[in-house]
Amino acid sequence: MTVQEMTRPGVRVVAERRTKPPRTIPWGRVLLALFSAGVLLFLVAPVVIVIPMSFSAAKYLSFPPPGFSLQWYQNFFARADWTSAMIQSIRVAFTVMVLATVLGIMASLALVRGNFPGKDLINAVIVSPLIVPTIIIAIAVYGVYARLQLVQTFIGLVVAHTVLALPYVIVNVTATLRGFDIRLEQAAQNLGASPLQTFRYVTLPLIAPGIFAGAVFAFIASFDELIVALFIAGAQGRTLPMRMFEGLRLEIDPTIAAVSSLLITFSVLVLLSAELVRRRGRADT
Amino acid sequence: MTVITGRPAVRVEPGIRRLYLRRQLGLFLLLVPALILLLALFVYPIARLLVTSVYDQGVLTLQHYERIVQVDLYLRVMRTTFTIALQVTAICLLLGYPLAYFLSSVRVRTARLLLILVLIPFWTSILVRTYAWMVLLQRQGVINRWLIELGLIEEPLRMMYNRIGVLVGMVHVLLPFMVLPAFAVMRGIDRDLIRAAQNLGASPFQAFLRVFFPLSLPGVAAGSLLVFILALGFFITPALMGGRTDIMIAQLMEDQIRTQLNFPFAAALGTVLLAVTLVIFAVYNRLLGLDKIFGGSVS
Repeated sequence: MTVQEMTRPGVRVVAERRTKPPRTIPWGRVLLALFSAGVLLFLVAPVVIVIPMSFSAAKYLSFPPPGFSLQWYQNFFARADWTSAMIQSIRVAFTVMVLATVLGIMASLALVRGNFPGKDLINAVIVSPLIVPTIIIAIAVYGVYARLQLVQTFIGLVVAHTVLALPYVIVNVTATLRGFDIRLEQAAQNLGASPLQTFRYVTLPLIAPGIFAGAVFAFIASFDELIVALFIAGAQGRTLPMRMFEGLRLEIDPTIAAVSSLLITFSVLVLLSAELVRRRGRADT
Repeated sequence: MTVITGRPAVRVEPGIRRLYLRRQLGLFLLLVPALILLLALFVYPIARLLVTSVYDQGVLTLQHYERIVQVDLYLRVMRTTFTIALQVTAICLLLGYPLAYFLSSVRVRTARLLLILVLIPFWTSILVRTYAWMVLLQRQGVINRWLIELGLIEEPLRMMYNRIGVLVGMVHVLLPFMVLPAFAVMRGIDRDLIRAAQNLGASPFQAFLRVFFPLSLPGVAAGSLLVFILALGFFITPALMGGRTDIMIAQLMEDQIRTQLNFPFAAALGTVLLAVTLVIFAVYNRLLGLDKIFGGSVS
């Protein structure tokens, strides 16, 4: 391969193609592929490296780990400050998921099927928690909660997280609602179904994939949330991200490797199941 | 409303209209709970934050804003925040554009598989990823030990608790926000246009520069703006991996509330951050809708 071949003008390559297939290696593409592989490695490697670290037999951080041990998992499950934080996070995230999904389905129906003044504005307000920096929402809500004595309450944290989770449900559900044929609903109603029956037997099954995806993202949005929790959860209602943040701020506690591995496994499973549901949903329609 | 015969129109229309309005009212009622939640916990608190920043103990005042501009420390925080956000955006662009271009040029099946690699970190907790980077970058960390074993360096490099650590951590978190919108736009570009350009005598590079690149700009601009505004409000990564003197605005806000108990000043900082974010976001929204990123699906 010579430089001349590489920099040959495209016209001649195209012209020659008719007589013989080009034998040149497309160096530009090879470079691009290598670079892309490097960037993908940069994205994935840190996530992957945590898993072997969590099984390390060493007392300190080392890679590759010198031996296999479950000590960090034992440490995680044996210590009340870790387990109570995890249970609190699951409780909060689950409640947020239910609340955000119900409110989100209702709001999505209104936003897609309805036709009233100010719809665009409402739409913009609903998605804006995704864009407004979380630290602003955190201190703003903290300011209001401090007056109402809602700081350090379970319900306070749940409601604040629901605001952050709601856009994920609405974006996903409205997308599926827009995607299906509204005549199916009209047909059901013409055949005598009440609006509620229509929703239950026609709309709901059709938008189920969107609801599932939205619910999953709502759960994760709350489960992973740190900044709002940091301001309003308090030491008693400490969530898992708060406990991890403390663990990382003081010393780098290897127990976090075990927690992290559990969380990574969890998010991969969730992502895969959301993808499967979405594919099945598409195959049905 | 199409009316075929003249007569029923007079009688039917009010009935249909009433039915239509009732249906619209019913639909609007479905929106009410979500609206109440947003008004009470998003719109009202933020409005109150804005007011608190200018209205202190019964008097209108701009003193908190004056403090931001007059005190060197706070000005430096502002400058650091913008510099870091710009640097992160530039690095994300350099890494993300070629990746998005590559993903948009391979077969759909391959692209879907590779996109999962982008989405796994996207949906992994920021704390988990920050932890991973701390393991990799710290003094006794994986990278330093490998570099020493390979004989490339003798003393461990300082890659954490300084700007390098913040940049690496933030780029890792924000890169998917660049790749996903850029990819979405690039995939929509008709490849025949590039072939046409080449048939008309353009070199592959010229075809890319004069045809593909301009068409991909909306996605790139959207990704860059998104990365930039998200970077401005970053807290976790700089708090854990940043240096003590390299403080960003969100850290300053947290410190003002939790240790200085100065809510009005934090509110003023928040207002500045919010104003910048909203202006950039308005530009963003014109370029590309939000659902391109937050729909969360692989396709």
